[in-house]
Amino acid sequence: MKTYLARRLLALIPVALVVATVAFVLMHLAPGDPASVIAGPYASADDVKRLQHQLGLDAPLPAQLVRWYARLLRGDLGDSIFLRRPVLEAIADRVEPTLLLTSLATLLAVAIGVPAGIVSARRPNSSEDQALMLFALLGISVPNFLLGLLLILVFSVQLGWFPVAGYSPLEHGALQTLRSLVLPAVALGVVQSGLIARITRSAMLDVLREPFILAGRAKGLAERTVVWKHALKNAMIPTVTIIGVSFAVLLGGAIVVETVFNIPGLGRLIISAVLRRDYPVIQGVVLCVAAVYMVINLLVDLSYLAFDPRVRYQ
Amino acid sequence: MTGVSRPEAQALPALGARPGGARRVRPWAAPLVRRKIVVVGGLLLAGVTAAGALAPVLGGDPTRMDVAARLAAPSRAHWLGTDDVGRDVWSRVVYGARLSLLVGAAVVALALVAGVFCGLLAGYYRRLDNAIMRVMDGLMAFPAIVLAIALMAVLGPSVLNVVVAIGVVYTPRVARIVRASVLVIRETAYVEAARALGASDGALLTRHVLPNCLSPVVVQASFVFAAAVLTEAALSFLGVGVPPYVPSWGNILSEGRLYIQQAPWLVLYPGAAIMLTILALNLVGDGLRDALDPKARGLATDKQGAA
Repeated sequence: MKTYLARRLLALIPVALVVATVAFVLMHLAPGDPASVIAGPYASADDVKRLQHQLGLDAPLPAQLVRWYARLLRGDLGDSIFLRRPVLEAIADRVEPTLLLTSLATLLAVAIGVPAGIVSARRPNSSEDQALMLFALLGISVPNFLLGLLLILVFSVQLGWFPVAGYSPLEHGALQTLRSLVLPAVALGVVQSGLIARITRSAMLDVLREPFILAGRAKGLAERTVVWKHALKNAMIPTVTIIGVSFAVLLGGAIVVETVFNIPGLGRLIISAVLRRDYPVIQGVVLCVAAVYMVINLLVDLSYLAFDPRVRYQ
Repeated sequence: MTGVSRPEAQALPALGARPGGARRVRPWAAPLVRRKIVVVGGLLLAGVTAAGALAPVLGGDPTRMDVAARLAAPSRAHWLGTDDVGRDVWSRVVYGARLSLLVGAAVVALALVAGVFCGLLAGYYRRLDNAIMRVMDGLMAFPAIVLAIALMAVLGPSVLNVVVAIGVVYTPRVARIVRASVLVIRETAYVEAARALGASDGALLTRHVLPNCLSPVVVQASFVFAAAVLTEAALSFLGVGVPPYVPSWGNILSEGRLYIQQAPWLVLYPGAAIMLTILALNLVGDGLRDALDPKARGLATDKQGAA
C-alpha cells in the first residue's frame, strides 16, 4: 500500500514537469513579447530592451525555462501586466466561487447520475432504463452554458425564484451564496449527471454478470444487498474514475458558466485576461486548473485502495 | 472541458471493466439500422448539413441590418425574429449551421491526421513512445475548454485559429486510442509475417497496422465532431472564438443573452440548433460504436488525466 502511494506520488513529477513546460511553451508562442505589452505602445525601443533584460526575456530559452521551473517551485507565478499585482493574489481572490460552484455541481451530478445508472442497470432495456438513458443522452447533448441561459429564462425571468446573475460571497452568509449558486450548479450538474449515469450503468451491468453475484443470489441474499452492497462496490472503480473526470470537466465548465451568471471566478479572470492579452494571468489560471486536476486524479487513484483490495498488493 | 463531457470518449482501461460476455458478431450495418434512434440521428444530421449547405438559398443575407425592426418577434417576414440590430435570426442560425459543421469537420480532419500519426509512431516505435505520450499526457492534463481558451489567447480570434486550437486539444485523445490499438496489432502474427517478408516500416504501418486500428478511430471521430461543435460554440459565446461579425451559434447566444428578457428567441432558436446537432452526432456516434466496437459499448469515457 505504501509503495502504491509512493508510486502514485512519484508519477506526478513527470506530469507536473510536462504541464509546466506546456504552459511555458504556450506563452512563448504568443505574438509580440511581454516586455512591449507591459511597456505599452508609447515606450521607446530602449525602454523595451531594458524591461526585457529586467524580466530576463533576453536570456536563452533553456535558461528561461530553468528559471521558470525555479519560480514555480517557489510558488511565484509572476505579476499581472494589467492588474499590476502578483498573479497568485489575483487567483486567490477569485478561486472561492469557482471551487464552490464546481464542488456543488459535482455533488449534484453524482447524486443524480449514480442512482440513475444503478436503477437503469437493474432492469436493462426496461421502460425506466430507456427513459433514463434517453434523459442521459439529452443531458450530454445540451451545452452547459445553454442550459444556464434556459434556467435563467424560466426560473429568474419568468418565475423570479432566483437572482438573474451575480454571486454573494461566503462572508455575506452561506445561504445567500448557495442561492446564487443553485442555478449555475444545476446547469453544470445536470449535464454531467448524464455521463455519470451512462458509465455507472455499464459498470453495474458488467458486474451483475459476474459469478459472485449469481452465488450471492443463490445463497438467498436479498436483492437489495446484492445490488447495493456487492455489485455497487465492484462497480465503483469506473464510477469513481468518471467522478474524478467529472470534477475536472466541471471545473472547465464552471469557467464557461460563470460568464452566463456573471460570477466573478477564475473563468471571468481568464476571459478578461485573454481580451487584454494579460499572458501571465492566463498562464497562472491554466496552471492552477491543471494542478487541481492532478490532485483530483491522485485522489481518484487513492480511492481505488478503498474499493479494490487487489490494488494494495500491486 | 466545457460541459463538453462526451468528448473524452474512449475505451475505458479500468480495472473492474470487462468486455461483455459472448456477443454475436453481426454484419456491421444491421445494428445501425435496427436501432431506430440512430436513424433519427442520421436524419437530423442530414437536415442540419442540408441547412448549412443551402444557407445562402434558405437564409438570405445574415449581416443585413434592419434597424427599424430590431428585436422583432418571430413573424412571417422574420421566421425566428430579429436581433438587437435587426438582423434576421433564421438566416444567422442557418449560416451558423454552416460554420459549426465546417469547424467540426476541419477539427476532426486535423485531430485525426495528427492523432493517428502520433499514435502510430508512439505505438510502433518503443523509443518514441515515452516522449510522444508524455507530451500528450501534458496536453490532456488541462480541461479541454481551458486549454482551448489559452490557445485562442495565443493565436488570436479567427475561424482558422478556432480549428487549430480545438484540433490541438483533441489530438491527444485520438493518439491515445490509436496507440493502444497499435500496441496490440504490433504483436500479431500477420504483422510479424509481413515483417519477415521484408516489408518496410512505412508499408507495414500504412498497409497492415493502420487499417486494423481504424474502427475505434471512426467511432471517436463522431464524438470529436460533437465536442468540436460544442467547444466552438462555447469559445464564441465567451467572446474568444470566431470574430463577432461571423454568424455562429455561440456568437448569436452571446449577443442574445443580453436581451434574454425582451427577446428570448435570440437564445431559444440557436440553442435548439446546437442541441439538435450535438444530439444527432451523439446518436450516430453511439450507433457507430455499437456496430464497429461492441466491446466498448457504454464505456465511452476515459480517465483523461495524468498517466
